[in-house]
Amino acid sequence: MSSSLLSLLVKVLVVALGAFLGWALWDGLSGHSGVRLAEIALVQVPESGASNPVTSVLLNFRGYDTLLELAVLLTALLGIWSLCPAALPYPPPGLLLTNLVGWVVPMLIIAGGYLLWVGGQAPGGAFQAGALFGAAGVTLALAGHPTGGLPAESHQRLLATSGTLVFVLMGLGCMLLGLGFLTYPKAIAKWLILTIETAATLSIGLILAAAFLGGHPSAGRSHGL
Amino acid sequence: MDSEILITQVLYGGLGLVLFLLGLWSFIVHDGLSRKLIALNVMGSGVFHVLVAIAYRGLEQTPDPVPHALVLTGIVVAVSATALALAFGRRLEERDHA
Repeated sequence: MSSSLLSLLVKVLVVALGAFLGWALWDGLSGHSGVRLAEIALVQVPESGASNPVTSVLLNFRGYDTLLELAVLLTALLGIWSLCPAALPYPPPGLLLTNLVGWVVPMLIIAGGYLLWVGGQAPGGAFQAGALFGAAGVTLALAGHPTGGLPAESHQRLLATSGTLVFVLMGLGCMLLGLGFLTYPKAIAKWLILTIETAATLSIGLILAAAFLGGHPSAGRSHGL
Repeated sequence: MDSEILITQVLYGGLGLVLFLLGLWSFIVHDGLSRKLIALNVMGSGVFHVLVAIAYRGLEQTPDPVPHALVLTGIVVAVSATALALAFGRRLEERDHA
């Protein structure tokens, strides 16, 4: 089979898939359906311990899924650390960037903290705040900081696992109270969610920044992972 | 279902679909890990686009929180998966040059 024919075949297949997906999208949007998931979720929000619907879904209704997502992030970081040592740091930048970073990074950290707190009532939460913390680390790394402002490796391990760990512990705590795994009692749901979100924010921020460094923090290297 | 909402959803969802297809095309056709990774990320962005479009229910109404939650976690997972793939790529490069 010649390469031009193969290329034509791929084009035809991609266009056909596009047509099918377009039809499916149109059918799904215009078709008449019963009660959507949105209605069910929005009705339950007052019961969840967070007044922001997205946070309710993430940390309560779909809490199990979010827990596994944190585990996926942790696994990705373990993979990155297993593959190679961190890349060499960037050379120190000019005066302008150095000063700019000195302004930007504190702002990012403050904004991240605000997003974490506001996530209960308005758009915000662990993933947004974690993304900003990660961005602060990336900015520092780009400005020539050798570890992107991250702490020593033992602390990095603690922070990376804290999200998953706290989430699991809260779930087990709910079981000790005689409820299901991650079935928060309504009276303390808000504080459980805030605790989990705080740990998750630290985890996500650290994992994103460490992932950008692209390898194992080789300083103080012991016996592998 | 309000027709204005439907038009908005189809427009944005359709654009997300186009992004997905462009990414898929590049992913199949182009060589090289970096290009494939960028293509994968474009595909992912297309999927997020579609999900956000589905969640839209007019400006007066709260959007559907479930797809929003999926997109939020999806973005962070996509970034770390990309980082892992890049680390694999670096390791392969090292092996090839050794």
